[in-house]
Amino acid sequence: MHNSNKFKIPMGPQHPALKEPESFSIALRGEKIMGVDIRLGYNHRGIEKACEERTFVQDVYLIERVCGICSHSHSTAFVQAVEEVAGLVVPPRAQYIRTLIGELERVHSHLLWLGVAGHEIGFDTLLMYTWRDREIVMDLLALISGNRVNYGMNMIGGVRRDVTEEQAQDILKGVATLEERTKYYIEVATQETTIIKRLSGVGVLKKDDALRLGAVGPTARASGVDHDVRRSDPYAAYAELDFNVITDTNSDVYGRTVVRVKELLESYKMIRQCLKNLPGGPLTVKAPRKIPAGEAISRYEAPRGEDVHYVKSNGGEKPERVKVRAPTLANIQAVKHMLKDRYLADMPIVVAAIDPCFSCTDRLVSVKGNAGKNKKILTWEALRNYSVEWHQVHGIDFTELSHKFRTKMERF
Amino acid sequence: MGLALFTILIFPGFLFVSVFGLMAEFIDRRIYARLQNRVGPPWFQTFADFIKLLGKEDIVPCAANVNMFDFAPLFALTSAVTVFLYIPLWKAPGTFSFNGDIVMMLYLLTIPTLAFFIGGWYSRSLYARLGSVRCVTQLFAYEVPLFMSILSSALLANTWELKEVAAFYLKHPLYSLFNLVGFFVSLIALLGKLEKVPFDIPEAETEIVAGTFTEYSGRRLAILKLTIDVEMVVGAALLVAVFFPFALYFHSVLGFLVAVLEILGVIALLALLRTIVARLRIDQMIDFCWKVLVPFSFFQLLLNLILKGKLIL
Repeated sequence: MHNSNKFKIPMGPQHPALKEPESFSIALRGEKIMGVDIRLGYNHRGIEKACEERTFVQDVYLIERVCGICSHSHSTAFVQAVEEVAGLVVPPRAQYIRTLIGELERVHSHLLWLGVAGHEIGFDTLLMYTWRDREIVMDLLALISGNRVNYGMNMIGGVRRDVTEEQAQDILKGVATLEERTKYYIEVATQETTIIKRLSGVGVLKKDDALRLGAVGPTARASGVDHDVRRSDPYAAYAELDFNVITDTNSDVYGRTVVRVKELLESYKMIRQCLKNLPGGPLTVKAPRKIPAGEAISRYEAPRGEDVHYVKSNGGEKPERVKVRAPTLANIQAVKHMLKDRYLADMPIVVAAIDPCFSCTDRLVSVKGNAGKNKKILTWEALRNYSVEWHQVHGIDFTELSHKFRTKMERF
Repeated sequence: MGLALFTILIFPGFLFVSVFGLMAEFIDRRIYARLQNRVGPPWFQTFADFIKLLGKEDIVPCAANVNMFDFAPLFALTSAVTVFLYIPLWKAPGTFSFNGDIVMMLYLLTIPTLAFFIGGWYSRSLYARLGSVRCVTQLFAYEVPLFMSILSSALLANTWELKEVAAFYLKHPLYSLFNLVGFFVSLIALLGKLEKVPFDIPEAETEIVAGTFTEYSGRRLAILKLTIDVEMVVGAALLVAVFFPFALYFHSVLGFLVAVLEILGVIALLALLRTIVARLRIDQMIDFCWKVLVPFSFFQLLLNLILKGKLIL
């Protein structure tokens, strides 16, 4: 730092701007960002492998915990894939209830995002206000499902709980309040000078770049990509609902904010339609324990973008393979591009603007050896040896114990 | 001698200013919280925080320059407290003054910022260094409009002694209305000095953790926090003394109460300002200070020059 004015500043794995551990190593010249190294993999939970070890019914429970915010998105995407493999036709009432919960979840997620965005640019008042109003939708979700985040509504072949007439009235009341508040936030976000100063022109992602880098969801729609799975490949009850896909041509963080707050209004519209046209009939169809062999891909428009699940069954109780592609994985590539030639101060909001969810994204962890110059990815055996050596150096030695154990085992 | 020591150490010196500073922080946080629809801390929260920090482990990074790291907080606190001794708020016998003290006060108020810079720079943490650089960059932006608007008020009073300035506006209370532009300019510039939103760039938590104070902990951090509280009180008191010194009308207790209320009023305004805006970027902050605040303070300067010509004629 003494000799050159270029230096590297670590952001993460632990940093106040980040809600989850991930590492950004930023090369700075003064306040200007010269390059960013993104490293994920701090949250790897082995959830796909865990799914293969459990039955389909247990997997619904597990998959719901991929993400804390878009839990319904993941579980719906998963059950849709399983239903497709099993050839189940889900009753219309269940489809509508899934849609209803999905839209309430979108409201909760977007309000959360607005607050986080406010916090990242130092506007804590917006955070406090939006999170206060978010409580309304959280309460509504708790009213329907009994839970605030992991709703546990989906099951293979339908939904677990019904929405009663009284609940519908409460939802309509809550949505009316939220709509009023959202209009106020639209006013704040589009008129407050300091917000506009911090958001517009920041993290620009042109339409071709958005397409080239495979951005999804509000991030892509803010760059003018007119794509929404709810319209282009309708699932649940979306084919029967009347809604607009919000796009914006600003292509920056400001555009992403506008898209999200306007999507809130669309969600309110859809919630009202769902409740109004809620068909009667059963909530579930009976699903077999053993899912016939086959594979399916399911797409779902999560609040953060397109969520893709792949399920392969070999005809048993357990899936052969489950693959989850969370929307953040598609968007993270664009972050590096967005940060080009920006200032350090823009970094938190640009990262936050894709509404990242890193623990949902982490599917793989690779450990690089630090011995010698060529850093290679360690194999399982090498990693184990490294661990044994490390512990020996630090005075913990299990070789004798494991030798004893082995000889005892051989005696049996 | 005894009286001087009492003045410096107890009232209205170190002890009083510290307690007032902590109370002011509570009021600031409470108003901020209420405006954000939160409950906010109880009245003893700031005192409890202070005492807790005093008892915490005090870590000095091994790469840091120990002397600089040690003395920066003390320098900052001392200079901020010293300023308060020179501010005439009510009719008290103990306050010091001399011709030119208003300039000295402004310079003493710069020292805490420089001390933050030195402390942060010598703690050798990357975040602290970035924070320090931002701290000084910011200093060059808000200091000019702050000085110009405060000094233009003194210009109208035709003296560099704060006591005389206050006496002038006490004699002609309506003249203080001419300084309203200057008051608002210095109020906004004061936000920069106190490193509060929208000018909390040197300690922007989401960018550079705690900025200048990243490596500070325990006792030293307590002193730094106290310095900022004292700075807030001193800055608000300076603004009151320069622009609306009406507490000087009243004697002893009543004067004291009115002065405290006026200071709290300024602090409430600061809290309101920081509630309704987002943090600016450092380049935007400098742009704003030089392109908006400086022209306004120039306008104030010109206005006062013209007025002065008219008044003397």
